[in-house]
Amino acid sequence: MSTYKVPTMAEMASKGESPEVLFWVGCAGSFDERYKAVTQAFVKILNKVGVSFAVLGPEETCTGDPARRAGNEFLFQMQAVANIQVMNGYEVKKVVTACPHCFNTIKNEYPALGGNYEVIHHSQFLQQLINEGKVTLKGGGEFKGKKITFHDSCYLGRANNVYEAPREVIKALDVELVEMKRCRTKGLCCGAGGAQMFKEPEPGKKYINVERTEDALATGASAIAVGCPFCLTMMTDGVKNKEKESEVKVYDLAEMIAKDMGI
Amino acid sequence: MSFLPQIVFLIIFGAAGYILAKRVKFLKRNILLGKAETRNDQSENRWKTMLLVAFGQKKMFKKFIPAILHLFIYVGFVVINLEVLEFILDGILGTHRLFAPILGSAYTVAMNLFEFLAVAVLAACIIFLIRRNILKVERFQKPEMKGWPALDGNLILVIESVLMLAILTMNASDQILAARGVEHYTLLGTLTFSAPLKPIFEGMSDGALIFIERLAWWFHIIGILAFAIYVTYSKHLHIFLAFPNTWYSNLKPKGEMANMPEVTNEVNMMLGIPTEAPADPPAEIGRFGAKDVNDLSWVNVLNAYSCTECGRCTAECPANITGKELSPRKIMMNVRDRAEEVGKSIDSGGPGLEDGKSLLGDYISKEEINACTSCNACVEACPVNIDPLSIILQMRRYVAMEESGSPAQWNSMFQNMETSFSPWKFSPQDRFNWAESVKDEEMK
Repeated sequence: MSTYKVPTMAEMASKGESPEVLFWVGCAGSFDERYKAVTQAFVKILNKVGVSFAVLGPEETCTGDPARRAGNEFLFQMQAVANIQVMNGYEVKKVVTACPHCFNTIKNEYPALGGNYEVIHHSQFLQQLINEGKVTLKGGGEFKGKKITFHDSCYLGRANNVYEAPREVIKALDVELVEMKRCRTKGLCCGAGGAQMFKEPEPGKKYINVERTEDALATGASAIAVGCPFCLTMMTDGVKNKEKESEVKVYDLAEMIAKDMGI
Repeated sequence: MSFLPQIVFLIIFGAAGYILAKRVKFLKRNILLGKAETRNDQSENRWKTMLLVAFGQKKMFKKFIPAILHLFIYVGFVVINLEVLEFILDGILGTHRLFAPILGSAYTVAMNLFEFLAVAVLAACIIFLIRRNILKVERFQKPEMKGWPALDGNLILVIESVLMLAILTMNASDQILAARGVEHYTLLGTLTFSAPLKPIFEGMSDGALIFIERLAWWFHIIGILAFAIYVTYSKHLHIFLAFPNTWYSNLKPKGEMANMPEVTNEVNMMLGIPTEAPADPPAEIGRFGAKDVNDLSWVNVLNAYSCTECGRCTAECPANITGKELSPRKIMMNVRDRAEEVGKSIDSGGPGLEDGKSLLGDYISKEEINACTSCNACVEACPVNIDPLSIILQMRRYVAMEESGSPAQWNSMFQNMETSFSPWKFSPQDRFNWAESVKDEEMK
């Protein structure tokens, strides 16, 4: 029996190989205790399906998104230009990432600095794998027939008009997808975008993630599916704030697929 | 003597034209206080966007009831203005209902359509007044709407209502006079919507009726000219500016922030990447980001003048919904107010931009811009494609790059990114640790 492989671009390059797709892990995917499970789940799916992929590993750095949104353009470009140097050095053509912020930055903002790649979000990648029959779902797993609601990430939805791919992935699980009253173009932010993840909110009456969690709980769903590391944190905290953590779970799409595949 | 009304009309019409021309010049100069930006690409897409969003009101229909009522006023405004053309020609030539003999029975049909629209506009205005003042729809009650903005909104609705009443009054009295065979008046077919007003006027003498008919005519045409001038002082400018504003929409993905190429050379030097010196170094390096209205792009200022303060942006803003200071509508109102202030100061020989005030600080606080999650809900919500987020992010750039005045936690985040290449303080060596456990796990 073999173990899961996580090849790096450097290892592959030393063997004269290059993968079809670079999996951009992101900082949350690398360091966040909870979110590492999503990275691992996605890597297992890639292994299982036999996708030719590699990661940058220790060579990856922050895309610079939070620095740019917080106004520090100089720091953003320092990160971006360094990353583009590394990726262009490996002649990267295609990038997949689970983080909508990394997705948006690499896809839309790196071209102006010389980084041109085909960039897709893992929800789109998973949808393709499912459509191509490469991921076969048992549909009888723990989610079967359950009510699941999907929280649109701003940087996937409004920022890049990706609304259907994550929904198609959820529907493939043989679950009942229920929508929140604010969804798709009208989806409410979890509160973490624009570098809010890295500071306390400004004075107000309520936390944004609590407001959003109330939308999710109102659907009666037993799980909230997300496609973003920041949303995962914010929604998980929101569910805890409402003391519903024993009844309502928050999952990333990749985790739900991996669970159904039994990996 | 009989030429007197024509002379009076021409003087009024000319004066209104002169004032309007001066106002347009003032507004154009104020918009161009903003920095140059070229947005002429994809002209086919731009015309399409303008047709769908401004002309076709596509985004208004996210809220159906106000959209229908607004559509009545919009169509009424456009169509009834065809009648104003006749008004103007009658005024100049001293004729009355110039088009009636030319169009024949079609004229009665057109008048009935105009009257229907007049009634629809009147009804819509009354419902809108009720929504604002009695039902108190929440988005009209926000702090930035206190005072002039609330009065402005109500005045527009009242003026439009009165103008519509003038049309109906004029037609009713006009048709009674025509039926009596009074000279100059043309008897048309039944005018369905003004006919119910006739009993009010039927007992009056010819003289009194002529006085009322003429009064309503003059009131309507002078009212429209005055309204056109008023609009240039009002949030109601959207009736014109929605068209160029949507033409100059941002057509890129909403998530993309504008690049700052002026920073890239320095970044390349820091990273030891060979760079060519810029072919034409900018004559004067402005400040990074935006502190005042002249640091913004002219498109941002056009956005501000196109805003009709409907507040859909603010109603969708997660920061505002949860009680933070930020209101995207207020950002737009502040940009316009500052542009007006600077413009007036320049015209009166004052210090203009050098008046010791600035958009950020005197109008907009750091607390407001720091509350934004960059979620694009405001941009998505705007019926005329205004982009408040662009302004907020440019101000954040000023605070971070010129003042180093970002919130302390952001400064820590910057520091983490500089030293360990992640917004969190983790050792870069640990970045790949997540893979250890997976690599040991047997593949199922």
